Amino acid sequence: MNNLKKPDPKAMLMQGNEALAEGGLVAGCRFFAGYPITPASEIAERLSYRLPQMDGTFIQMEDEIASMGAVIGASLAGVKSMTATSGPGFSLMQENLGFACIAEVPCVVVNVMRGGPSTGLPTNPSQGDVMQARWGTHGDHPIICLCPSSVLECFSLTVKAFNFSEKYRTPVILLMDEVVAHMREKVVLPESNQVEVIDRVKPSVPPEWYLPYEDTSFGVPAMGIFGEGYRYHVTGLVHDIRGFPTLRQDEIEPFLLRLFRKISTHFDDIQIVESFLTEDADWVIVAYGSVARSAHRAMVEARAQGIKVGLMKLITLWPFPRRFVEPLSRAGKVLLVPEMNMGQISREVKRVNQGMTPVITLNKIDGTLITPKEILEKIREEKK
Amino acid sequence: MIEDRPLIYKYLRHDKKFPHVWCGGCGIGILQGSLIRAIDHIGYTKDEVVLVSGIGCSGRLPVYVDFNTLHTTHGRALTFATGVKLAKPELHVIVIMGDGDATAIGGNHFIHAARRNLDLTAIIVNNSIYGMTGGQYSPTTPYGQRATTAIYGSVEHSFNISQLAVCAGAIFVARGTVYHVRQLDGLIEKALLKGGFSVVEVISQCHTHYGRLNKLGNQIEMMKWQRDSAVPVEKARQMSPEEMKNKFEVGILVDREAPNYLEEYDKVRQKAKEALSLQVESKEEKEESDRREVLDRH
Repeated sequence: MNNLKKPDPKAMLMQGNEALAEGGLVAGCRFFAGYPITPASEIAERLSYRLPQMDGTFIQMEDEIASMGAVIGASLAGVKSMTATSGPGFSLMQENLGFACIAEVPCVVVNVMRGGPSTGLPTNPSQGDVMQARWGTHGDHPIICLCPSSVLECFSLTVKAFNFSEKYRTPVILLMDEVVAHMREKVVLPESNQVEVIDRVKPSVPPEWYLPYEDTSFGVPAMGIFGEGYRYHVTGLVHDIRGFPTLRQDEIEPFLLRLFRKISTHFDDIQIVESFLTEDADWVIVAYGSVARSAHRAMVEARAQGIKVGLMKLITLWPFPRRFVEPLSRAGKVLLVPEMNMGQISREVKRVNQGMTPVITLNKIDGTLITPKEILEKIREEKK
Repeated sequence: MIEDRPLIYKYLRHDKKFPHVWCGGCGIGILQGSLIRAIDHIGYTKDEVVLVSGIGCSGRLPVYVDFNTLHTTHGRALTFATGVKLAKPELHVIVIMGDGDATAIGGNHFIHAARRNLDLTAIIVNNSIYGMTGGQYSPTTPYGQRATTAIYGSVEHSFNISQLAVCAGAIFVARGTVYHVRQLDGLIEKALLKGGFSVVEVISQCHTHYGRLNKLGNQIEMMKWQRDSAVPVEKARQMSPEEMKNKFEVGILVDREAPNYLEEYDKVRQKAKEALSLQVESKEEKEESDRREVLDRH
């Protein structure tokens, strides 16, 4: 009686954007502010439906600048918040993204990449915003950027993004490409009690002792919440440990260095990659997002043809996971970096590789995804 | 001054390195006094007040007062305030902006905040110029007046901030001056108590730039101009447009009722939960019927 065998009731056919929204809710996100933009609108649509069910708040603001401002405001008032956009909106968010960096306000910003520059290609896939995610807002600043390549990762990395943002008091950027955002896959989402959720550390000292931007051994100060008795000043100006604007040399540099240190001393926690058959490989494909899926297929087919190919899938794009890529170069492996841009991550790979082994780039900016065949052909061509 | 002394001890941040950044004779300090007196008179605790500001001379105000304070990016104060208020509706969120902050770079946020009618109080210090950056013309610099970027006189027409707020849907709009300080105390207090988006435009002086460039004299003469040009709303209604030329109304321009955003969003939450409970019921029914179906097949 085969028809008695029912499918797993928890399995769902879900889109990347929808899974991302669910991931946010499980991570504790209760505030979303956004502005309509393809291919990210499904995130806003789903959260406008889901958040009020859970006593959360959804608001559609007048633009992306305002969305980012509202997200920061809500986070300062103690509610986990996020926004989602695509390239043009991400450009507008850079101003307040910098504010979140300097004032150390946890929040998650989703950028579903489409082809650019400007209005660009609405809405064909691209990975053209990798460098913008790193350096889009002005001034020297650290940032965390994660990149999912499957619907399940859209869920799990959103949880991770919230956890990183709360743990390190920093904005975290989730960089998706249009393929992953709109792709539907069968997923079994974990129950909310199976998911590790990290909340920000709140001050435990009496309010009169509280120093809102004090250096700690972890590098991240406890975060006072508006209305909970810890009255302090939050500003986008460089500030002293009390939060007040400062122009003193002996306060400026320690503050900015701490911003970097709180990320750089936790690389082992933040930097995530997945390796497939890299041990015996002569060739390693370094890929991320939807391209990593094509690369995986190309790897399987190449192996079938006797070419020893491995794959390193980057999940954390920023800070760039040097400690995983460098050993590949040291082991003499040829690196192939396929990406849907003119070489934004391959430049990082070359920087880390330092000429130890060839770094081959495969760039595509015609608004279509990179296929396994194209990667395979590139390997064959270079092998000659 | 003597009656204000306990307020100074209670509300100013003494651990902040005074003196403040403002020029001697600036109107912002007078506004700050009014704001503190209004808050004290209402009796809000310091913990439940959030003071949000943008960039410019007015943006520095929150540094000196002992509330939850948030100094945001240029023009964006209202957006941050929207987030704070939505996340914690029990907080009293007050937004301090300048004329350039609120109506140039933040103009879009200003009209949309007014339209949305979230319970925020926007206080806009209008000194007709960009003071902190050195006296460039702003959206409220009157036609023909000089600024460092309009040395031959501005050829743009100025915004009437209060009118703009009224048209955009603010439910409480008042205008005061830093000369009429007792009236200003009352206007701010009424704005704070209003359950919706309220605006107080405060006419102030920038003798350092605007006064100097336009030969309007020192701060005292500019305040005398405020005294002579301000016309109470009731009186202004009986005056002809010719008589009102080069004068402005002070007092409450609009005080109306409309449901505020939080009340409206509570309805959304209610509907969402009803939809959710229906969903759960139908899911349970489906599971039950599935079970029966399987049993029937056996």
